[in-house]
Amino acid sequence: MNIQGENKSRNNLIGLLPLWIVMGVFMIGPLIVMAFVSIMESNSYGGIHLKFDLSGYRQILFDTNLFDEMEFNPAYLIIIGRSFLLAVAATIISLIIGFPVAYYISRQRDSVKNILIFLVTIPFWTNLLIRTFAWIIILGKDGVIENSFGFIGIIDDDDSLNLMYTNTAILIGLVYSYIPLMVLPIYSSMEKLDVRLIEAASDLYSTRINLIFKIILPLTLPGIIGGSILVFVPCLGAFIAPDLLGGGKKLLLGSLIQFQFAYARNWPFGAAIAMVLLALIVTILYLNARVNKRHEQNA
Amino acid sequence: MKLSKTNAIEVQNVTKIYGSGENSVKALDNANLIIYDNEFFTLLGPSGCGKTTLLRLIAGFEDITNGRINLFNEELISLPPNKRPVNTVFQQYALFPHLNVFENVAFGLRRLDKDNDFVIKRSNEVLELVQMQDYALRRPNQLSGGQQQRIALARALAPEPKVLLLDEPLSALDLKLRQAMRVELKTLQKETGITFVFVTHDQEEALTMSDRIAVINQGSIQQIGNPEEIYEKPSNQFVANFIGEANLILGKCEKTGINGICKLQTGHKISINIPDKFNKGDNLTIFIRPERIKINKSKGSSLSQIQEFTYLGNAAHIELLSNGVSVNATLPIDKVKNFKKGDKIEIEFPKSFAQIINT
Repeated sequence: MNIQGENKSRNNLIGLLPLWIVMGVFMIGPLIVMAFVSIMESNSYGGIHLKFDLSGYRQILFDTNLFDEMEFNPAYLIIIGRSFLLAVAATIISLIIGFPVAYYISRQRDSVKNILIFLVTIPFWTNLLIRTFAWIIILGKDGVIENSFGFIGIIDDDDSLNLMYTNTAILIGLVYSYIPLMVLPIYSSMEKLDVRLIEAASDLYSTRINLIFKIILPLTLPGIIGGSILVFVPCLGAFIAPDLLGGGKKLLLGSLIQFQFAYARNWPFGAAIAMVLLALIVTILYLNARVNKRHEQNA
Repeated sequence: MKLSKTNAIEVQNVTKIYGSGENSVKALDNANLIIYDNEFFTLLGPSGCGKTTLLRLIAGFEDITNGRINLFNEELISLPPNKRPVNTVFQQYALFPHLNVFENVAFGLRRLDKDNDFVIKRSNEVLELVQMQDYALRRPNQLSGGQQQRIALARALAPEPKVLLLDEPLSALDLKLRQAMRVELKTLQKETGITFVFVTHDQEEALTMSDRIAVINQGSIQQIGNPEEIYEKPSNQFVANFIGEANLILGKCEKTGINGICKLQTGHKISINIPDKFNKGDNLTIFIRPERIKINKSKGSSLSQIQEFTYLGNAAHIELLSNGVSVNATLPIDKVKNFKKGDKIEIEFPKSFAQIINT
């Protein structure tokens, strides 16, 4: 069969139509709406005035002072920075915990593997909000941890560890929520790892540490990067864990955006922050794609 | 036999059982053998016979169930693979895809914490030995199968192992390359003086390359000997059939002794050395290679008829039926020019090549 060029491209168009519809309706459409909102004037009763205005973006860096002068305001940059740092920390912790877990699972018998992978995905079966509330019960005052510590006498009954409403609590929540997204991609690249390469390396005098750092880590790099992105991206925009476990004391990007739409009624500003967040993420994805391409050329 | 050979590897009563309970499989059953230093030693057998298991036990990739393995008189099995001074060439090479050729070859040396200058010098030296010095900066996936094979060899040779283990290293190559690599491997072994333990299921490969061969079947060592011994004096029917082609003909002992007589089922009465442990009337199995059988044009009442005549170029293969028993003969082409299917001929079993074989 010889499909002519013109025919082929038409067929491609028809064949991919469902994809274009889904992409258009659920991704490109909302994106355009957001981008549009971000460059409109805000309406203090919610929504927007249909008038071009870049103040949403300006507001991220500058404030208007009493004399109607523009003044540099680092408050939002600090929020972006804090969110970034927390997301990075959550990603690194997830990696440190997730990598050995994935390695351990990949070394088990097939039947055991399936059970363990199933266990890893179980938290996804419950609503994120409920799971996060569970952490309040665990970490909170008179919670599971404090009670057990009190029981074995590490702390007095009246003392509190003050675990709740801290960056640590937020981190615990973030890591807990997203760690399956780290374990699964790493596990999948470990599965593809040829056992003979590990045998060859140990035959060539590799210690356990050598095996991990010289063979397993470099060869599962695509999984590690993939997992890191899957954890990092939602962490950057997360607002459930920061709100519930951080108590909203320190604002993060996700909460900030949610706040602009729900309470402050400054839609353009919220949309502008969302666009900045998107730009950050796209940049990271682009860098990842470049690294992956290099890796594929080697493999 | 040369005097004062050093034992490189001693395999003593080695048994390996995979799994446990009802599902257990005995891969090796009480294997014993000695591999000498500087030797090209081949473990030969059909797939699943336990030859690769034995190699993996020496390398340390499997735990031994029972027995002992010594390397130059030192107990080996308590050491993990990375502490054993042996290196392996894997069947599918198992080159590290994320490292270039040079780093693959240097891998073992770097793990041994050798001085960087030495690593560079030695790696280049080995790459030169396998004629791959021009490919040092390539990635393994940019190389052909034969080139990858050489790199796998160089990588295993670089740390100067006391023993090199080769797990069917030529099986993935095409015929021409395989034949060329046989010669190269043999030369390499002689040049480096390293003991090679070579696993293969290819009897031709084993016969052409080895100093000595151990034939293994179903976890047991059947025979150990040099290629000529294995081919000419197989110790049992399995070895006779596995190495080359064999005629195994049943017969009855009529007289024991050096000039014993055996009456074959083919109807022939042959003179053969029959040890005194046999008695008159005992059933015997006689082994003779097809190329050892002699034929003459029939002078009348002949026992044998040609069933099949296959032209092989330099020789011909003849399948005969003699008194209802089939006999195979391979003969030089000029001796069989005038024969064709259905001809009756006389066959002869020369005394020096016919022997009694254990079942």
